[in-house]
Amino acid sequence: MSVFSPRLAARFDALVAKYPLKRSALVPMLLYAQDEVGYLSDAVIAEVAARIGISELDVRNVATYYSMLRFKPAGKYNVQVCTNISCMLRGAYDVYERFQQELAIGNKGVTPDGLFSLEEVECIGACSWAPAIQVNYEYHDELNPEHVPGIIAGYRGKAGAPSDRSSSPGWKGAAHA
Amino acid sequence: MPRLVSHPDEVKIVSRRFGKGAARIDRYLKLGGYEAAKKCLAQEPEWIIEELKASSLRGRGGAGFPTGMKWSFVPKQSTKPKYVLVNGDESEPGTCKDHLIFLHDPHAVIEGTIIAGLAIGAKLGFIYLRGEYRYLLEIMEKAVADAYKHGFLGKNIFGSETEFQIITQSGAGAYEVGEESALMESLEGKRGVPRIKPPFPAVVGLYGGPTVINNAETIATVPHIIAMGGAAYAAVGSPRNGGTRLFSLSGHVERPGVYELPMGYNLKKMIYEVGGGVRGGRGLKAVIPGGSSTPVLLPEEIDIGMDFDQVGKAGSMLGSGGVVVIDDQTCIVEFALRTISFYQHESCGWCIPCREGTDWLKKSLTRFHGGFGSASDIDNIQYLAENMLGRTFCPLGDAAAMPILGFVKKFRKEFEEHLGGKACPFAKHLDLSVV
Repeated sequence: MSVFSPRLAARFDALVAKYPLKRSALVPMLLYAQDEVGYLSDAVIAEVAARIGISELDVRNVATYYSMLRFKPAGKYNVQVCTNISCMLRGAYDVYERFQQELAIGNKGVTPDGLFSLEEVECIGACSWAPAIQVNYEYHDELNPEHVPGIIAGYRGKAGAPSDRSSSPGWKGAAHA
Repeated sequence: MPRLVSHPDEVKIVSRRFGKGAARIDRYLKLGGYEAAKKCLAQEPEWIIEELKASSLRGRGGAGFPTGMKWSFVPKQSTKPKYVLVNGDESEPGTCKDHLIFLHDPHAVIEGTIIAGLAIGAKLGFIYLRGEYRYLLEIMEKAVADAYKHGFLGKNIFGSETEFQIITQSGAGAYEVGEESALMESLEGKRGVPRIKPPFPAVVGLYGGPTVINNAETIATVPHIIAMGGAAYAAVGSPRNGGTRLFSLSGHVERPGVYELPMGYNLKKMIYEVGGGVRGGRGLKAVIPGGSSTPVLLPEEIDIGMDFDQVGKAGSMLGSGGVVVIDDQTCIVEFALRTISFYQHESCGWCIPCREGTDWLKKSLTRFHGGFGSASDIDNIQYLAENMLGRTFCPLGDAAAMPILGFVKKFRKEFEEHLGGKACPFAKHLDLSVV
């Protein structure tokens, strides 16, 4: 019995067959598994290890290296605020502080309802459109603290709908500006 | 979509198709797409490499190594399969140019990868994107699928006897994986720690086979070079620095954005004319010319041409082309602290000088910026950074040490102003929580 949905399990079957070496599927597999399950649970690690044919310890050794991979659940909407230099210069810490206030959580915290988590992250490659954040994989750019309540409300409004963390609606742009 | 900018001084080669819907294969074909790959298919590999050499194209990832020469290092005969690996792990703070290439012109990356494959005799190419670029990976995957449907990839590309396949790959968050040997480790399903060189990837690379690794911008430039001719491309830039560069302009500038300018374009002009000057009419304090790892330049040092040689002569590096503008209200100590915090976070821990050096630099700068530093700390920070240089397998140690050395040497007075229990005269953010 797989811990993954039939769709993801089928995707993994194809993925491990694609490379000259099966093991090349490991890093993307862990990320895609996390997208569906929410985090790398013991069951996820066991199944990924079995699918690739390496030990669970080996999987953990690799997984702990990558900063996007996590071992406990995040919120349904993981807010990642970039505070690296280009974003910092344009007020990223004010945006980050506002998220902390509005969500009443700190770095790597999760709201009690499980809806949001917050993370200060390194450069997300949106330097010319700073300050920028990602909510799951969705970008929001050219922000100031006043945008924060609207962004939170937007996701709160979507919360009732089934969530698909695996893909990205892309770029929110300055639509809220 | 991220805001697109333009300026009359731009020479649009790589960005020619930005904003024109070229992510759709029919649009790409209408705009002249895949003609360069077909042209190369009819030529000998040596011809392709000679065109690249004539173009003076140098690696856009940061090191600036001549691309044609890199390709020529791959042995013609090899018992192991050869590979092309496209580095789209764009992670150098201040750099967001590959972002736009994947978004607006994914087929240029595919076409460049095919041409690289033809040049070195590879049948398989990988396009590796950082994990955060999921929406861009989806665009790339769609483009690759479309290229397969059109027969541009597969067993018989463009109806020929030649095979070329492409696999797209997602990372999962790691700056270090942008280093070419760590990139191969990650693609092999391992922790992204660097390999000892030599052997270089051109001889022993991915899965032990000869591998050409190029930055996404480098690869996306290749079809344009083939289309316009190497010599014509070289003529756009400055000597030994062919063509144009996508400069990511960010920070305290009126009009930030990604601008495509000829190599050798004047940095001062880039900031004041292309970028509209310092935001809010403030004074300029400093400029980072090529991503966060490149040493800082003072306002009196920016009247220089932006190419690998001229920026090198000015004591810094052109790096990834990420130009970060810093105004006179910014605390350089805080900026240095934020810079080293990044490298401390991203150091893979494999080499002790980098692992320990970044950690102690972060600790020293944190204490210093908090107003608890002593005069000897300034020398100590410099001593720590100097002892990291050249003592690590990969360039991350240097990338962390070089900017810090620049800040301490060029802004010593500002460091001294933090002494004697005085709080930072500029900043309010002392608490860095990235871990």
